Amino acid sequence: MKRDYTLTGPDSARARASGLAGAKWYATPVPRPVMKELMTRRDWPAVRDTTIWLVALVSSGSLAYFACGSIWAVPCFIVYGVLYGSCGDSRWHECGHGTAFRSRWLNVLIYHFAAFLILRNGILWRWSHSRHHTDTIIVGRDPEIAAPRPPNLLGVVLDLLYLRTGAAELRRMIRHVCGIMSPDERDFVPDSERWKVFLEARIQFAVLCAAAICSVLIRSLMPLMFIGLPTFYGAWMDLVVFAYMQHAGLAEDVTDHRLNTRTVYLNPIFRFVYWNMNYHVEHPMFPMVPYHALPKLHQVIKDDCPPAYSGVISAWREIVPTLWRQRRDPTFFVMRPLPPARESSV
Amino acid sequence: MHYVSVCSVDEIDDEDVRRFDHEGKSYAIYHVDGQFYATDGLCTHEHVHLCDGLVQGFIIECPKHNGRFDVRTGKAISAPARISLRTYPAKVEQGVVYICLD
Repeated sequence: MKRDYTLTGPDSARARASGLAGAKWYATPVPRPVMKELMTRRDWPAVRDTTIWLVALVSSGSLAYFACGSIWAVPCFIVYGVLYGSCGDSRWHECGHGTAFRSRWLNVLIYHFAAFLILRNGILWRWSHSRHHTDTIIVGRDPEIAAPRPPNLLGVVLDLLYLRTGAAELRRMIRHVCGIMSPDERDFVPDSERWKVFLEARIQFAVLCAAAICSVLIRSLMPLMFIGLPTFYGAWMDLVVFAYMQHAGLAEDVTDHRLNTRTVYLNPIFRFVYWNMNYHVEHPMFPMVPYHALPKLHQVIKDDCPPAYSGVISAWREIVPTLWRQRRDPTFFVMRPLPPARESSV
Repeated sequence: MHYVSVCSVDEIDDEDVRRFDHEGKSYAIYHVDGQFYATDGLCTHEHVHLCDGLVQGFIIECPKHNGRFDVRTGKAISAPARISLRTYPAKVEQGVVYICLD
């Protein structure tokens, strides 16, 4: 039977009736002093990384500008796009949890800036992501299931240029500019927050319109190549290559992140782009641990988790055939092996 | 005033929180700057135990969604927490922490 991934359909009612909504999830026991140390907020790591990010963004953008007309503009725009769209996604995520910086205002500032870079409404997605953490990959409850079954493989390919998700976000932005919220959004955004959603959408829309008007006035695509379009040509690394590694092809409707989430080892450059979200079993199990402490958390809990994947290729070697098979058999999924000594709460 | 003993003062580190269950209900007991405070033990946003959260000054942050509350007043400070926590008077006598559940 085809499942209904909307938040207002029969699978949503089934999740609530079966106790999967808002359920208690498995967490590896970690001594309180260790967890307190891991949760400690610090400004320095994120200030350092954000400075490097913004300097690299401006530098690559400047190089792309001056290289226009030559072949060198291509690699410059590729780097600029990844720093804009892919780093934007990871910074949006970490600052949304309020853990990247110790100073709350820095989390808020970078959160909304990064949300614009990936055309997300910061207010709306804060509530969406909150639900994702409550009901991770629970069908009918989680609004952020990237690879429903059967998967939309064309959509995955289109998202290499952010065409499916980006188009949806633009449509959503225009809807919010007009003050309209969908039934799914009304399911997780409280009434009192809706005016903020509309305000943020209008500000983002105004900035994009300004870039578009500049492009028209000077009869050049250049303004949009620096604001707006980089989301489309630069988000692929984070939103496709990395994000699909998180949950695609794994179990649905379980209450154990070890069964529906992957941890993948990445090189330092990829971890900088992704801000350590490759430690993805660790993150949803303990969302209060900042990105810079996730490698340490991984060391603490890894013996209680399935083996981590050795890299991007290793993860995608599993994902591609799994999604391909799920086209015909949506019940198929990869069962992650749990360490024998512990029990999960499936 | 019905005070119930919770634990000895040295069982909760400074700037930390401890869970206390009593008669089927869960409470969170905080130790900040030598003072003890008590609130309901579950976040008002989702049913998550605050004892696993992070105490920073007088703020407790929910371990699941980062909703924040002032432990002195129970006031919900930031989203997704919007409903304040109930607070309970706490006192220390002869090295033991008590909370008032009346």
